[in-house]
Amino acid sequence: MYNFDYEKAASADDAVKAAGGSDDVMFLAGGMTLIPTLKLRLTQPEKVVDVGGIGDMKGISVSGDTVTIGAATTHADVAGSDDVKKAIPALAKLASLIGDQQVRNRGTIGGSIANADPAADYPAAVVGLGATVKTNKREIAGDDFFTAMFETALEPGELITSVSFPVPEKADYQKLANPASGYAMVGVMVAKTKDGVRVGVTGAGPSAFRASAIEDALGSDFSSDAAKGVTMSSDDLNNDLHATAEYRASCISTLAARAVKAIG
Amino acid sequence: MAKHVGERMKRVEDGRFLTGRGTYTDDISKPGQTYAVFVRSPHAHAKIKSVNVDSALNVEGVVAVYTGADMAADGVGGLPCGWQVIGKGGTPMIEPAHPPLAVDTVRYVGDAVAVVIAETKNAAKDGAEALEVDYDVQPAVASAVKAMESGAPQVHDEVPGNVCYDWELGDKDAVDKAINDAHHVTTFDLVNNRLIPNAIEPRAAIGEYDPAGDNYTLTTTSQNPHVIRLLMCAFVLQIPEHKCRVVAPDVGGGFGSKIFHYAEEAVVTWASKKAGRPVKWTSDRSEAFLTDAHGRDHVTKAQLAMDKDGKFTALKVATVANMGAYLSTFASSIPTYLYATLLAGQYTTPVIYAEVKAVFTHTTPVDAYRGAGRPEATYVIERIVEIAAREMGMDPAEIRRKNFIQPDQFPYETPVALTYDTGNYQASLDRALELSDYANFEKRREESAKNGKLRGVGLSCYIEACGIAPSAVAGALGARAGLYEAAEVRFAPTGTVSVFTGSHSHGQGHETTFAQLTADRLGIPVENVDIVHGDTDRIPFGMGTYGSRSLAVGGSAIVKAIDKIIVKGKKIAAHMMEENADDVEFDDGVFSVKGTNKSLTIGEVAFQAYVPHNFPHDELEPGLDESAFYDPNNFTYPAGAYVCEVEVDPDTGECTVEKFTAVDDFGNLINPMIVEGQVHGGIAQGIGQALLEGCVYSDDGQLVTGSYMDYAMPRAEHIPDYNFDFTTTPCTHNPIGAKGCGEAGAIGTPAAVINALTDALRVAGVDNIEMPATPLKIWQALNANKQAAE
Ligand SMILES: Cc1cc2nc3c(=O)[nH]c(=O)nc-3n(C[C@H](O)[C@H](O)[C@H](O)COP(=O)(O)OP(=O)(O)OC[C@H]3O[C@@H](n4cnc5c(N)ncnc54)[C@H](O)[C@@H]3O)c2cc1C
Repeated sequence: MYNFDYEKAASADDAVKAAGGSDDVMFLAGGMTLIPTLKLRLTQPEKVVDVGGIGDMKGISVSGDTVTIGAATTHADVAGSDDVKKAIPALAKLASLIGDQQVRNRGTIGGSIANADPAADYPAAVVGLGATVKTNKREIAGDDFFTAMFETALEPGELITSVSFPVPEKADYQKLANPASGYAMVGVMVAKTKDGVRVGVTGAGPSAFRASAIEDALGSDFSSDAAKGVTMSSDDLNNDLHATAEYRASCISTLAARAVKAIG
Repeated sequence: MAKHVGERMKRVEDGRFLTGRGTYTDDISKPGQTYAVFVRSPHAHAKIKSVNVDSALNVEGVVAVYTGADMAADGVGGLPCGWQVIGKGGTPMIEPAHPPLAVDTVRYVGDAVAVVIAETKNAAKDGAEALEVDYDVQPAVASAVKAMESGAPQVHDEVPGNVCYDWELGDKDAVDKAINDAHHVTTFDLVNNRLIPNAIEPRAAIGEYDPAGDNYTLTTTSQNPHVIRLLMCAFVLQIPEHKCRVVAPDVGGGFGSKIFHYAEEAVVTWASKKAGRPVKWTSDRSEAFLTDAHGRDHVTKAQLAMDKDGKFTALKVATVANMGAYLSTFASSIPTYLYATLLAGQYTTPVIYAEVKAVFTHTTPVDAYRGAGRPEATYVIERIVEIAAREMGMDPAEIRRKNFIQPDQFPYETPVALTYDTGNYQASLDRALELSDYANFEKRREESAKNGKLRGVGLSCYIEACGIAPSAVAGALGARAGLYEAAEVRFAPTGTVSVFTGSHSHGQGHETTFAQLTADRLGIPVENVDIVHGDTDRIPFGMGTYGSRSLAVGGSAIVKAIDKIIVKGKKIAAHMMEENADDVEFDDGVFSVKGTNKSLTIGEVAFQAYVPHNFPHDELEPGLDESAFYDPNNFTYPAGAYVCEVEVDPDTGECTVEKFTAVDDFGNLINPMIVEGQVHGGIAQGIGQALLEGCVYSDDGQLVTGSYMDYAMPRAEHIPDYNFDFTTTPCTHNPIGAKGCGEAGAIGTPAAVINALTDALRVAGVDNIEMPATPLKIWQALNANKQAAE
């Protein structure tokens, strides 16, 4: 680790002020990604602003057709929340599949989506459920949030305060975990909403995206065979030691079909 | 006295481990300690043009910086190899120099160029970052097969063609003739995947120099502190052995990777004198991936000949073994004497020929890793036997039965230099088939098929040579050391016992098992026995722990010392009872005299030994403290039968191990719970090798799987509940009748898993798959076949 200044923020406003819109200041939430990066000396911030203790950024609330999750809420809290399990069980399931119990006890939804790891799970929900990301200054539509590998629409010093998910009629999340890291090689969220079917895919591309071909197929025939019948293009999909682009393309359809089957 | 042997006693050492009270090397701090960080090559092969140490020395907190040139100037020698293999035509292996810090050339990513020593670890890291090395990057080769091609980059000038040795064992002409005459020959080409050990505790070392007595102390994560002392003192640092103490405190797993004498141990010891301060180095996980000796990495072609009944008539094996960039401590012996000598397996194959080429590459050195050579041998045999069964249309259990060495054939001399003392292979296979409900497998296969899943079953009947090793045999085969074990058993005046053993425990539970053994032999409560290990100043001598040798060899040394204690105790008891020592008997902690009611407990005798108020000095020495060296007469031969069932999802290639049955013959068991624990871990590692773990280098020698993000370790979720049982044929030549159990799981498992997997995939026309059989590989194999069919 290189030396840096550390500041613990008491409120979201304090945190934003402390960051001062600077590129050289980083927020710290659960630290599950940031601390290893610091330890490996892969990043060298001037200052780290700890938002993990901000009470206003923690917690889950359901109002009407929306589940709102504070940015500093841990994966374990989402996975274990009766409210989430009732309103969007697929979201609780997704959170329960992230990493291991220790990671889920520390890692947060805000940290996960801000980091925008192409293999992270939450992005599938943000895109697949059509979430809204709320920051200190604006609301960003889930579809617009992830811009490229490890890149988001966030500006320097912009703080995510919460993420809101509209409650779908039905949804399910399926994950094919990387045998080494446990992150998603492919993760698929299928949601049946009153505005149609949404299919959010993570792990397969540089950032989370919607599989419109599967959405179309399921729109006219919501069956696992319909999902399975879609041949996804492997263009622009990730290719690595653990999964080729072709394999990922095939698994997107397979996982979407499994999700549809699970939804019933 | 209650008997302890055979009891599932809870491990006494676990209290301190589970409550965080273990003392590992990194937990230890010495007064005035400094911290070492190694500057390592980012290139697989490069000439070092220059090293600018000033930039590092200028960093605040940096105390000293040393390079390979500094060590060379001090006359420091290279890291030695402990086993000389003599190749075809009597040509000895080539042993290139292995300086602890590279002098003019780096030969793998991670090869150390310099060490930065500083007041804090962070300052040492800053210094290491600031240090400037000017490299002239050279072409590199990572694959052993490619390294043998003409025009391949050369790893060492003195090893043209990169071949360290080209070695053979067995009767080539007889094998060729049998293959020629065979009814059927099964051929099988395979890769035994390279593995990275990943003990939970990374390596660490602290060097200390005391100018008052000109003494050195090295505290290190070692499986065999005496061996480290010998190698480091005699070959590397030229320190008189009595001036050096090596301590291996609690060690968090080794799996072989902590047998070897590593550069860092020599560097911190040497630097502690040079810098005048204790020097501590602790590997981080990334460094461990790069510098802990790797395992396996064979490329093999095998042929099995048989007659029309499926009786094996010959086996021919040609293996290329990757040594990495330098010869690690026991590297040369692994693909030869711990591999080719096991190729008979459990079978009566009359003639066998093996040819092994050991090759240098620009990769981390490769050496023993749990099983060491024997998993590779088992994989060759048990895969090719399974394939042969399929080709011959025979049941895989049947072909094995037909070829087993029969119980009445022991001692059995194999055509590859070993004599198995005892065994009953049929018994373990029968029990394993029963326990695994093999007879009803087809029903389970149908059930899986209904759910769209492919199910397969696979067997593996392994044998291993453990209890390493009879020194005379090892010496004749090129070992430069003896492979006995030493022990001292010391009574305190009040009747408690300390056992000093050369076997080192780093997860095996010796503090429990050895105490059970000792307590029963002496007839004293187990709480009164303390097992001491891991310190050259306290233990008389030791060759350490590896090759499943601790109980068979180390335990036998303890028994031998106990026997001496009893002989001495009889003399003391005879004196106390005014009887003749020849008339004194010892049983369950009591000395008595036949035909009298005279008796004394061993506690009373021990007390008298230390309070010898009326000992006749010319006949009886005070004290009750004996030591012994035990050198085995033969290897031990644990064997067993494993049955694995897997299920494959053809859509994604995911493979799950659904059932795993292990029936092992380890001879007599002291603590069945500990034995099962050893097998649990071994099977997990075997499943890891089969399905998950694969070390990958890029063509130019960069380690691609350099962290847990890319190197897949087995986790609890990958492992089913096991079915276990034991069959027992006691070892015939050691006093315990034990054979060893530490490696069996890792040896027998990979073939069982891949046999099951290929059985599952057969219906889809896939007959082979390389390890690790990841979902991607399985999916690709299924798909390639589908496409071919279309
Ligand atoms: C062993 C292990 C396994 C894992 N497995 C998985 C897995 O299977 N699936 C998965 O999805 N993830 C996995 N993760 C990642 C985990 O989910 C992390 O928790 C997550 O990536 C980051 O969350 P965090 O709260 O720890 O963020 P931190 O590490 O504290 O921060 C991460 C980044 O987000 C920024 N940030 C944090 N909070 C905010 C905010 N409110 N507004 C703006 N920026 C912010 C930080 O500045 C930093 O750049 C794993 C992690 C580990 C260590």
